[in-house]
Amino acid sequence: MKYMLLIYGNEALWSSFSQEDFQRTIAETDAQLTELAKSGELVGAYGVGDQVLAKQVHVDNGVPAVTDGPYIETKEYLGSFTIVDVDSLDRALEIAAQNPFAKVGQVEVRPLMHEAAVDV
Amino acid sequence: MIGDRRVEDRLRELAPQVLGALVRRFGHFDACEDAVQEALLAATTQWPEQGLPTNPRGWLITVASRRLTDQLRSDSARRRREDLDAERDVPFTSTTGDPADDPAPSHDDTLTLLFLCCHPALSAASQLALTLRAVGGLTTAEIATAFLVPEATMGQRISRAKQSIKAAAAPFTLPPEDEREERLRVVLHVLYLMFNEGYTTSSGPDLQRADLTAEAIRLARQVHRLLPGNGEVAGLLALMLLTDAHRPARTRADGSLVPLAEQDRTLWDAALTAEGVALITAALASAPLGPYQVQAAIAAVHNEAAAADDTDWRQILALYDLLERIAPNPMVALSRAVAVAEVHGPHAALEAIAHLDGDERLNAHHRLDAARGHFLEMAGELAAARDAFRRAARRTTSIPEQRYLDSRAARLS
Repeated sequence: MKYMLLIYGNEALWSSFSQEDFQRTIAETDAQLTELAKSGELVGAYGVGDQVLAKQVHVDNGVPAVTDGPYIETKEYLGSFTIVDVDSLDRALEIAAQNPFAKVGQVEVRPLMHEAAVDV
Repeated sequence: MIGDRRVEDRLRELAPQVLGALVRRFGHFDACEDAVQEALLAATTQWPEQGLPTNPRGWLITVASRRLTDQLRSDSARRRREDLDAERDVPFTSTTGDPADDPAPSHDDTLTLLFLCCHPALSAASQLALTLRAVGGLTTAEIATAFLVPEATMGQRISRAKQSIKAAAAPFTLPPEDEREERLRVVLHVLYLMFNEGYTTSSGPDLQRADLTAEAIRLARQVHRLLPGNGEVAGLLALMLLTDAHRPARTRADGSLVPLAEQDRTLWDAALTAEGVALITAALASAPLGPYQVQAAIAAVHNEAAAADDTDWRQILALYDLLERIAPNPMVALSRAVAVAEVHGPHAALEAIAHLDGDERLNAHHRLDAARGHFLEMAGELAAARDAFRRAARRTTSIPEQRYLDSRAARLS
């Protein structure tokens, strides 16, 4: 079963990190991802570009309009996401708990939809 | 030039035989498995152009053992080198290249390999991946595509699985008698998972994707051939055949699901049904009953009804009562309730599933809501039914199922 682990952040949180904190978090995250790659559970891990790089695209009467900024103007915004393929929800939650960010924030866990049919 | 498909089929058939021969000779299951993979890839490249060799099995064994000895030789372990020196003098393929000179394989290693790949030290997903590789002869890329993960991810999973087997020091023999039945149950479960994994919606054949359902049936047939007296093996094969018989009728042109009650039964595969019915009839007569046999018997009753209205629901209910006794679980209770609804009406069915709300084993709660919706609709409680279907639709992760449940809810709006 595939799950997406999402990490949201906000300015206040990022500012509260010291340079050391950042380096340590990066190192711990890398170590965890290496383990997940070795176990064959990691499908992909993606850091998402800062809000300042976000663009919105809307088409009105066939004319595309592009605006700067994220979709929702809120404090929280998506920082990164990881996709894992694991045996159970429990395992996905375990992996989320081991993410260093879980100590300072929330790691959201969502199942991914799939095309497999079942007898109805 | 010979067809790639013919080469592929031949290679998949030979893969476990070649692996078995190598592991018997050299041990080192993990290294042998890598060597066999390389030999298979070499054959995939060369055979379509040059034609099948006179002795394909011998060719593969020769190439694989060369790769293996190269690999192990580059190891600095002195003990391994000594082992190899002792083995190198013993040829086990004919040097004349004439298949007539090659002694017929004295063992069918399929079963031993299956037990090894389904070792309890591995997770179900790993057992499945390793079985597809080592016994099914699929490439890592094919398996990765089947499970919709990157090839690197699947490669790692298989590597890890082989390391676990090495760490468990599992010997290349059948499990001891007192463990065999339990280990066989695991093998059958893996084949069942493989069958279900392959049972995906497709509005057209995807030639790039390995057909896991066909592979599961192929392997189940082999196990049945090797263990003809085993009732559960026959039961599982029968269940697969009887279920697969519905395939032509399961989906509409747009890919949406057709429930069993609405399927056009003229499209059902009569040959598969006949074979499945014959298998389960024989198995029920001659062996102690297990859950796969009972499930196959239920499937047989469904397949023998020319139309949904002709279904012998009383017999199905009796079989579910039996299944609940020998292998109780919430999913069985849900399926049984469908039969209860047909025999005793929807209120009896709703009562039958009422206790499942608190059941923690029911890891797919949307099924409970879906069943409830179905029974409420039968009972004429349309608003409640609609709510139940909507709840179920939100909680499933299967896109085809979600669409189906949404459509059931929409019909009641």
